[in-house]
Amino acid sequence: MNSKLKIFFNGIIAENPTFVLMLGMCPTLGTTGSAINGMSMGLATMGVLICSNVVISMIKKFVPAKVRIPAYIVVIATFVSMLQLVMQAYVPSLYATLGIFIPLIVVNCIVLGRAESFASRNGVFDSLLDGIGIGLGFTLALTVLGAFRELLGTGAIFGAQLYPEAYGSLVFVLAPGAFIALGLLIALFTKLRTK
Amino acid sequence: MKSSLVNMVLSLGIITVVAAGLLSWIYTITEAPIEQAKLDKQIEAVRAVTPEFDNDPVADAVEITPAGEDKALKVFPARKNGELVGAAVESYSAAGFSGDIKLIYGFDLNGTITGYAVMEHAETPGLGAKMDKWFTPEGKGNVIGLNPTESALTVSKDGGQVDAITAATITSRAFLDALNRASTAFSQLKADESN
Repeated sequence: MNSKLKIFFNGIIAENPTFVLMLGMCPTLGTTGSAINGMSMGLATMGVLICSNVVISMIKKFVPAKVRIPAYIVVIATFVSMLQLVMQAYVPSLYATLGIFIPLIVVNCIVLGRAESFASRNGVFDSLLDGIGIGLGFTLALTVLGAFRELLGTGAIFGAQLYPEAYGSLVFVLAPGAFIALGLLIALFTKLRTK
Repeated sequence: MKSSLVNMVLSLGIITVVAAGLLSWIYTITEAPIEQAKLDKQIEAVRAVTPEFDNDPVADAVEITPAGEDKALKVFPARKNGELVGAAVESYSAAGFSGDIKLIYGFDLNGTITGYAVMEHAETPGLGAKMDKWFTPEGKGNVIGLNPTESALTVSKDGGQVDAITAATITSRAFLDALNRASTAFSQLKADESN
């Protein structure tokens, strides 16, 4: 059981996709203008990651080595398209904010990275745990980064105003602020992790 | 698994066929809700921006091409007891900061702006994206109550009467561009009605 827990927590701390592996930087920087957007993007990616990890660990024995990457990409792209249609149908307001980033989950290195380095070598249950762990790690990182940027940029977290918006520094909501905030958080995370 | 032409073609073939099947299945079940969500948004926006009406503006919608342009706008006439009381006009502008913006504007019979709703945009969060509130009475660049029929509205930087969104003059210009286009279409609707 201990080893199962280890797989699960591996993705949140030791191999946190954003702060340690530094994969999937494009959606990380692009969608974290506010805490809610970061969290939604993290959850969407987590959903795809769990499904693709499970399916890929199931089909790994039937896929010849030379075509495994195209096969995995088709699996991932299928789940992303399904997610996109479902979101459009049932949560149109969320789709309106995340819209352009959803198709980009296909090319998120985290999803293919876990397929190649974990799901294609481990059993279905372990892959499921890895998907949940890495997905949670990604979601947490994006939520924290989004909250940090939203707070410094607009004085609010999850839309709840903590200090007047006029004192916020707009740069944190824009792209340069994403790099600055991410750099600071990575430094902080590394310090805490290696202590 | 060792790769051979036969097993590569077979495995990829099966995966893509299954993926296509799954996607078309999801597509058929989400098609109706997606259409419904779009329609709901439109109806809600029309209701929010126009004076009180008792007809079905979406069913009565007409397409009007403003003079000198090639793209038709959708005009939703609001009627009470059969009399025209105003209209909502779905307008667009290609002058946005990133991509087209699409909005619905409401007018009363005199052509005075009664409200607006943002339908689609890809403007910068924290800057141009503020247009959803900026041009309302709570914002700083209120346009509601102004009348663009006689002279087109412009931002104060261009010598006009509307305060542009701070650091998002381009978006503000695009907003007014779409607004003036909508106003022209509404004037044409009135001219068509009185004939």
